[in-house]
Amino acid sequence: MDAAEQIQKGNRLALARWLTQIENDLPQGQVLLDRLFSHSGHSAIIGITGPSGSGKSTLVNRLALELANTEDENPISIAVLAVDPSSPFSGGALLGDRVRMRDLMEHPEIFIRSLATRGVLGGLARAANEMVLALEIAGFEIILVETVGAGQSEVDIARLAHSTLVVEAPGLGDDVQAAKAGIMEIADIIVVNKADKSGADATARSLQAMLQINLELKPPRNSNQCWKVPVLKTSALNSEGIQFLKQTIHQHQDWLRASGEWQNRNQVRMKALFERLLHEKLYRKWHDNLPKFQKDQLLAAIQSQKISPYQAIRQILPD
Amino acid sequence: MNRKIRVLIAKPGLDGHDRGAKVIARALRDAGMEVIYTGLRQTPEMIANAALQEDVDAIGLSILSGAHMTLVPHVLKLLKANGQTDVCVFVGGIIPEEDARALQDLGIRAVYGPGTPTTQVIEDLTRFVQQN
Repeated sequence: MDAAEQIQKGNRLALARWLTQIENDLPQGQVLLDRLFSHSGHSAIIGITGPSGSGKSTLVNRLALELANTEDENPISIAVLAVDPSSPFSGGALLGDRVRMRDLMEHPEIFIRSLATRGVLGGLARAANEMVLALEIAGFEIILVETVGAGQSEVDIARLAHSTLVVEAPGLGDDVQAAKAGIMEIADIIVVNKADKSGADATARSLQAMLQINLELKPPRNSNQCWKVPVLKTSALNSEGIQFLKQTIHQHQDWLRASGEWQNRNQVRMKALFERLLHEKLYRKWHDNLPKFQKDQLLAAIQSQKISPYQAIRQILPD
Repeated sequence: MNRKIRVLIAKPGLDGHDRGAKVIARALRDAGMEVIYTGLRQTPEMIANAALQEDVDAIGLSILSGAHMTLVPHVLKLLKANGQTDVCVFVGGIIPEEDARALQDLGIRAVYGPGTPTTQVIEDLTRFVQQN
């Protein structure tokens, strides 16, 4: 049985090795993806993002179990991608999300893969999109993608997931913080986790108020057509609110399919992937042809202020 | 190509002293490796399954409880059953010398006692992965 058959038949070691090939840009990985690409597109992708300390991993731990229906006759197959930042200095990473996912680790059929950002900003790992494709091809029905601890600009998850959960916790900022651009704009569902802590209700109300302002500023033409972003409260540690969160996710997914937004998000995802791969390859090919000494010379000239950065670029790439 | 060395650091069994494991994890990260840190109270099954899913190059088992002669062979057996025979497994903690020899006979690449310089672990790991 070759790798493609093994992966499709549920061989998890073959899948794990394929994920490594994709992550490391190895041609074998790409060739396999080319061959199997038409088998992708059947999974529900759920993104989980939010600031560090909001309890994303603990929430994923509970949510994945809830979604998997492990006690059921026909459990749902789940995969989790957990992203952590690479050190900008050493290039290494401490991938520690599994520490919070102990319950999931007791179910070996739930596939968990930790990945490092490897230099990209935006909240995801460089090859996350392709690795999700591989997981889809391997047949997982639901794929959870947990981003790094996100500030305000790590919004790439919205161009990958069908449903994006933004997880907040009490005490991480006031109303004005909540109103700033970026992460709040991408939420399909807002979750106030650590709801057992004081301030949880106030945080939830604050977020609700912000959403209300959004609605007033941009009233939907047809209120039946649009999705009203809910604010839910959970305590992942105490397993509270998880069932309701699961139901809400299902409601969102139903709405996506009924409204045509599902296809739209798939298209956005493929566009993002296409653009990124194009940029990467164009730069790499061009850069490989640029003599190193020329680049070094120009850099030295900038550093001794003989030419400006713009002039340096124009010498390499005339207008 | 963007290859990084991926290492799983785990504490099997009931031992709760994780300072050594955390120090190694940090050192390996600072040396440019990607360290999957799984924390305390891992069963051999959880460790072997994590190693498989993460397709790691190496596994570091930290054991200060004395249960190494039960836990380590069990992990090795599971790795073999899963088809992961080329993973470098090393052990850190409180391991008497004769046990260390026995473990190495079973396939453990190295046993690091307390006070082993992290640079040694990094060198050994890097060399091993390059050879494979």
